[in-house]
Amino acid sequence: MLLLSALISGVGLGSMYGLMALGFYITYAVSGTVNFAQGSSMMLGAVLCFCFAQTLGWPMWLAVLLSLLLCALYGAAVELLAVRPFASRGSNAWLMSTVALGIVLDNVVMHTFGKEPRSLPSPLALSPIEVGGLGLGVYPLQLLIPLVGLTLAALLHRISRRTRWGVAMLAVVQNRDAARLMGIPIKRAIAAAFALSTLLAGVAGILIAPLLNVNADMGTLFGLKAFAVAILGGITSAWGVMIAGLLFGIAEALIAATLGSGYTQIITFALVIAVLAIRPDGLFGRAQVKKV
Amino acid sequence: MMRFTRRTVLAVCAAAVGAAWFPAHAADPIRIGLVTALSGQSAQSGEAITRGMTIAIDEINASGGLLGGRMLELVRRDDEANPAKGVIAARELIFKEKVAVLFGGLDTPVSMAIVPLVNQEKTPFMGPWAAGTGITKNGANPNYAFRVSAVDELVDKAMLTHAQKAFKTVKAGLILVNNPWGESNEKGIVAALAEKGMKPAGTEKFEVTDVDVVPQLTRLKAAGADTLFLVGNVGPSAQVVKSLDRMGWKVPVVSHWGPAGGRFTELAGPSARNVHFVQTYSFFSKPSAVGDKVVKELKAKYPSIKGPEDITPAVGVANAYDGMRLAALAIAKAGSTNGDAIREGFYKIDRYEGLIKTYVKPFSPAVHDALREDDYVWAQFIDNRILPVGMSQ
Repeated sequence: MLLLSALISGVGLGSMYGLMALGFYITYAVSGTVNFAQGSSMMLGAVLCFCFAQTLGWPMWLAVLLSLLLCALYGAAVELLAVRPFASRGSNAWLMSTVALGIVLDNVVMHTFGKEPRSLPSPLALSPIEVGGLGLGVYPLQLLIPLVGLTLAALLHRISRRTRWGVAMLAVVQNRDAARLMGIPIKRAIAAAFALSTLLAGVAGILIAPLLNVNADMGTLFGLKAFAVAILGGITSAWGVMIAGLLFGIAEALIAATLGSGYTQIITFALVIAVLAIRPDGLFGRAQVKKV
Repeated sequence: MMRFTRRTVLAVCAAAVGAAWFPAHAADPIRIGLVTALSGQSAQSGEAITRGMTIAIDEINASGGLLGGRMLELVRRDDEANPAKGVIAARELIFKEKVAVLFGGLDTPVSMAIVPLVNQEKTPFMGPWAAGTGITKNGANPNYAFRVSAVDELVDKAMLTHAQKAFKTVKAGLILVNNPWGESNEKGIVAALAEKGMKPAGTEKFEVTDVDVVPQLTRLKAAGADTLFLVGNVGPSAQVVKSLDRMGWKVPVVSHWGPAGGRFTELAGPSARNVHFVQTYSFFSKPSAVGDKVVKELKAKYPSIKGPEDITPAVGVANAYDGMRLAALAIAKAGSTNGDAIREGFYKIDRYEGLIKTYVKPFSPAVHDALREDDYVWAQFIDNRILPVGMSQ
């Protein structure tokens, strides 16, 4: 009973990490860069959705759609402002500038939205459904989150391997110059990857918002854990990243349930380090082969 | 021939102003300082303290002021909930504004940073909110820090007393936020339990950003906890309540005053009302002469206040009102604005019929907290109103 409840919590949380880590995977696969402030992107999705649905009282489908659209635009802006100017010069300063942009966003939200935590109600998180007569309640939303996560991972996997667009994206990362010569619009491909990555973070934010409270720093720790998950999964495989997310979430919940919550962070992050020491390319990553 | 330079003109003006000023020395205002959060997340708390103090000051000034007709004047500074900024503001108020008494705000870390300064500069300090035990029990002798508010140490004892009375608690499960506030209350609660020969059934921590507290709560349930002792701010406290809902575990929850700091009902849902939390005062309590008077004055002064439900957070207003009245009594007893005399003046207060209670000998060199364990009020959220427990039935 204890373990089953931990497992359900863990799968739900893990899929959130996975979803956000997929965002890291996408931009890394295309451009070798990431938006380190994925946590802020996630928060943006939740805050926008709250503003549209609660403050302005618009219907939920419209609020979700609009929030995701704006998230994607924000992602493209991150690429344009914080990544392109540095990456194009071969500088690694995008590491810092994406973090900085995230902090700017957090503070803008703090000043406009306020610091007070708010609640985004959802019909999927109103009454828990009982699982197996064990006195264990789960919100339908908690079951939906892994479903959405796995579906998106599968979709991304297919797109990157089976469609012209996906193959074009992969070509960009393998050889920029060749890709350009083949008529692939590199700049647009990278911008699209960042937009998609932020959109995924937005999906995560909107999905988690009813279970959590909406406020300006809700994404910080999430973003950090998602990055750990992305590295753990090997960052080069959509499935790997998603599975690593699930494992991380389940590990967290199991440790909290068995050893106590005081140890959760210590042990999970120690495990991440241990795994990376044994498998430097992550659980499902392939060693980078540089062709000379 | 003498030329009037800008400097001489300024000097003459300054001298003239000074000459006009000094004869009025006897009527110089007595400045009362306030360092609290006036912006950001806690701005509302700073406003509540301001309102409580302002009502008290208006009353005192209307009855002729202090020390032979000197008016009281409130000087406020924003600490932005930041200890370093709080100390800078406190310095300015002490050295430049020469405040007679300095009031503090919501945040224990800010008050803890200011207390060494007031002890060094011999400026009496009044805490109307922050509950950290170490603010008044700071080890300094003489000690200039006084308080009219809840104290962590006493809240922990009161939580146990209330739990035993209301829920016949035998096995207490502790669910605490993983930060220094949770830590200090863990010690306090364990000590309070030990005093009665009890031990916690279990102690669990949660992060401010935890989505799901079910694993922790499941452990407490498995350990046989019959009551939960909760310490956390409003957001994380709501997460605990929602997780309890999901588990379908209907266990009594006794809490520190975290839930009172925000939209608890919105965040935690309908089960929010099951949480009993500590307050020092409720404007919904049975009416008293002082209570009626203060509510009337608040309504007259602040048009946005239509009734008791608009006086939020109530503890800030009530503590600051009584704190200001007590500080005024101490100044009167001192007969001057000398810091040491005011400190002694606090000890000489015999009786004051206040808003929260009738204070009899509220302070002594050993006791710098005017409120005792049995002065606390237990409250719950009914919709968006904080009502004393039992009033909604």
